[in-house]
Amino acid sequence: MKRVYVNEQWCLGCHLCEYYCAFAATNEKDMARALKGVMIRPRIRIEEKDGISFAVSCRHCDEPLCVKGCITGALTKKDGVITIDRNKCVGCYTCILSCPYGAISPSEDGAVQKCELCIKTVRGTPKCVEGCPNGAIVFEERGE
Amino acid sequence: MPIEYIYPDYEIVRDYDRCIVCRVCERQCANEAHEYLSDLNKMTADNAKCVNCHRCVSLCPTRALKIVKSDHTFKENANWTGKSIKEIYKQASTGGVLLSSMGNPENYPIYFDRILLNASQVTNPSIDPLREPMETRVYLGAKPDRIERDENGKLKNNLKPHIKLSMPVMFSAMSYGSLSYNAHESLARAAAELGILYNTGEGGLHEDLYKYGGNTIVQVASGRFGVHKKYLNSAAAIEIKMGQGAKPGIGGHLPGAKIVGDISKTRMIPEGTDAISPAPHHDIYSIEDLRQLVYSLKEATAYTKPVIVKIAAVHNVAAIASGIARSGADIIAIDGFRGGTGAAPTRIRDHVGIPIELALASVDKRLRDEGIRNNVSLVVGGSIRSSADVVKAVALGADAVYIGTAALIALGCHLCRSCHTGKCNWGIATQREDLVKRLNPNIGYKRLVNLMTAWQHEIKEMMGGMGINSIEALKGNRLMLRGVGLNEKELEILGIKHAGE
Amino acid sequence: MNSLKYVIIGNSAAAVGAVEAIRKNDSEGRIVIISSETHHTYSRPLISYLLLGKTDENRMKYRGDSFYSDNKCEFLPGKTVQRIDPEKKQVLLDDGSCESYDKLLIATGSTPFIPPVKGLEKVRNKFTFTTLDDARKLDSALIEGSRILILGAGLIGLKCAEGISKKKVSTVCVDLSHRVLSSILDDEASEIVKKHLEKNNIRFCLGRQVTEFSDGSAMLDDGTEIPFDVLVTAVGVRPNISLLKDIGGKTNRGIIIDERCRTSIPDIYAAGDCCECRDAASGEMKVMALLPNAYMQGECAGMNMSGADCVFDKAIPMNAIGLFGKHIITAGVYTGEVYLETDGENYKKLFYSNNRLNGFILIGNIEKAGIYTSLIREGTPLDSIDFELICRMPGLMAFSREERARILSGIA
Repeated sequence: MKRVYVNEQWCLGCHLCEYYCAFAATNEKDMARALKGVMIRPRIRIEEKDGISFAVSCRHCDEPLCVKGCITGALTKKDGVITIDRNKCVGCYTCILSCPYGAISPSEDGAVQKCELCIKTVRGTPKCVEGCPNGAIVFEERGE
Repeated sequence: MPIEYIYPDYEIVRDYDRCIVCRVCERQCANEAHEYLSDLNKMTADNAKCVNCHRCVSLCPTRALKIVKSDHTFKENANWTGKSIKEIYKQASTGGVLLSSMGNPENYPIYFDRILLNASQVTNPSIDPLREPMETRVYLGAKPDRIERDENGKLKNNLKPHIKLSMPVMFSAMSYGSLSYNAHESLARAAAELGILYNTGEGGLHEDLYKYGGNTIVQVASGRFGVHKKYLNSAAAIEIKMGQGAKPGIGGHLPGAKIVGDISKTRMIPEGTDAISPAPHHDIYSIEDLRQLVYSLKEATAYTKPVIVKIAAVHNVAAIASGIARSGADIIAIDGFRGGTGAAPTRIRDHVGIPIELALASVDKRLRDEGIRNNVSLVVGGSIRSSADVVKAVALGADAVYIGTAALIALGCHLCRSCHTGKCNWGIATQREDLVKRLNPNIGYKRLVNLMTAWQHEIKEMMGGMGINSIEALKGNRLMLRGVGLNEKELEILGIKHAGE
Repeated sequence: MNSLKYVIIGNSAAAVGAVEAIRKNDSEGRIVIISSETHHTYSRPLISYLLLGKTDENRMKYRGDSFYSDNKCEFLPGKTVQRIDPEKKQVLLDDGSCESYDKLLIATGSTPFIPPVKGLEKVRNKFTFTTLDDARKLDSALIEGSRILILGAGLIGLKCAEGISKKKVSTVCVDLSHRVLSSILDDEASEIVKKHLEKNNIRFCLGRQVTEFSDGSAMLDDGTEIPFDVLVTAVGVRPNISLLKDIGGKTNRGIIIDERCRTSIPDIYAAGDCCECRDAASGEMKVMALLPNAYMQGECAGMNMSGADCVFDKAIPMNAIGLFGKHIITAGVYTGEVYLETDGENYKKLFYSNNRLNGFILIGNIEKAGIYTSLIREGTPLDSIDFELICRMPGLMAFSREERARILSGIA
């Protein structure tokens, strides 16, 4: 299954992936209109320190601890992609407690959010991959 | 600074309706021109720091930025331009030599733009490059005078070592030290994929790039940086750098601050020492001395590699070339006055040397007149900007061309001409790790391959249009060229007729 | 080969975990689910959210309506297992019928503990708060202006208090401990939570117990009398171990299971709140009644029951609870040296010793808590990461480049 993989050596810490992620979630056509005046809460997040930077997003694990711990059954695995049914999620944060990579975070409306490989917003290549200017994020099959 | 003599040349214009305060401009500007004001949640910029490299413009996801020339002006004066005035202010402040990067930007005639190509019609039909074979392959090296046979009548292989190129373009010498490692890796990988060569320049060859040796020209410059036997033997050809188009007559200087880590190791000089390439090779004071070096290099490589001698295009370039052609060199590379550089004194770069078109034409004619044109191949550089320039250069007599600036532009260079600051925002002319990262060779090499592939198609189109199907038939074919807007003398030196004749 | 017949006593997270695991390995064997409740599998922790209006009975279902048919399960609701016959490999139900089994899973959960307080039988409007039926009954007893007394300021008691907070009632919590959430918070953390709850109109009588009830008022041990209209007892739960205990299986507080979820009796497994297993953080045997553990134990049991070999030895105490918008996430045990960061509103305390993270308490800023949880579960040696950094900022930056390459770049 194709996943979003990170090539840490090429990450410039420019944060464009975060903005493209937030843009993808709005379903708007123009980024300026979509994100003007908005405090973004992206599902892919950069960690940076001392010249090292990289983007962290849901690994869509084969044995997903978040899904196993979800008290409502809102987190499920569909065709390999871990998705959130935001209607069912009550914001208990058990998944945040479980995810070993810190890939799940609270969203504005109380439910949780995480990378869903853009399957609900755009089709094809996830937006963070498209927006990365330096090939630090790719969308490919790596035999996992 | 009590009196601000120099107003910023460029202004950063931001469309605040489109700015989403993503801060990528701030994060990506090595000159720290952009700033985020947290109390106002707004971006702002300091125009004085902008070098017009377009990094911020290119990365802004909403196209909210553009750079414009400041309309702050001096009174109109055709003689004392704003530029001349500002240069005096700079020198009055610093007492220093003005330094510039990249090629001569001044308004001298560009002969390529005054030369037109022929096309076939009616009598000599053009060739369709999509349907007929077109040969862009060239071989550079000394051509033998005659065919030799052995006692049985079979052809003897009396060919000297040659360079085989899939098209008549190579990447010219840009040193590791002035360029980043990632730029070199991109050039090496592209050359390997395309079947052409790239040139190490005078910084030596990084050990990780030895695997591309078959597509590498190693340079022996006056400072002899990084020159050792393995270096010479790893390459496809060796180039002795006698001069450079951007700064004829003087040497080079890479400050000690840049000689660190791999740069120091590759150049074989201690960290922190200035890398000074002297103006002359201190062991070459005559053409005989040059011949001696050429043959030393051939001995060291068992006569398996062609030797190139690179000179700058200066007034008596034809006589110099004639001497080199008799010295045992296999290829002469001529670098015109528009050639690029990492850093050179502005006055030398802008006022010394001659255009490559004129140099090429006069060298080609001189060698033919003396009957020694086949002793060497001619490679020219110094602002080859497009496939049309390539075709014109070959028609004027070149076997192949070198491209430097064009290759860097393919890698992302925006010709902001700030290389000498070491803060290249595109990761090309810098050694700062955080900036070098920005040039991902996996992306860079592909762009170079794309550029050359596109030029190769265009060359084929132009040749086909002329009714020619190989570079061999285009070489020195001055009848395919006509001048426009050139005076008699220029036409005479170029050896071409005027359009309409 | 004849296919196996699986019988599962229970219908909650552990049972579902077992079903999903069994069906990965065995698509043919019969699965019979026996539930003493009548409802489709639902998530018990959601009953307080139901009262709050954050979910409804349909969205509360733990799995979709077609779960039983999709997984070819025979669902027997409203039946209680009376006895297990391990010789005949049968279970006897309260309606007189029998179900034979090849593999049996006991996922009976737990039952609220009713404290033996004098006069409790006199209280007419009294409720426990663990099941959907409890929630429905409590809901209908809540009228505007009611005074609610909750015995117990632990996880269930406080979630109940939050659950009913929109019903225009007044609430008092009484607990023997001086602290709220005493099972998972220390003094300082507890104080932060208590203040937050008091701001949300929950009143507390801590460090006290009820000595006597009358219908409508409770007498505390310090002489205070608390009048009330509705009583909720939330003083703890007891694992339902009798089925196994009665046939001589090893039990303690809970049914003792190994890391393959096997009980001491062959072909009988147990999972979920009814069990006791090794706490990976402290090494002690504990009942760790939490949904993630229940599901994972069920899954482990199901794998082993259907012929795959699976080990689950990473169970630790872990809790994620939100109260009136303040989130609390805790895990592990609270022994060892301490790293503390607090500003009065947010609280972070990490406990570590012997080069391992033992436990943590987070209040307010709970971002990336799972990174700490993973350190505990995996027993990651702290000298293999930048521990100083990870204390201040949980993140993958504290791990080595190779580790990150494994996680983010798929490079083994």
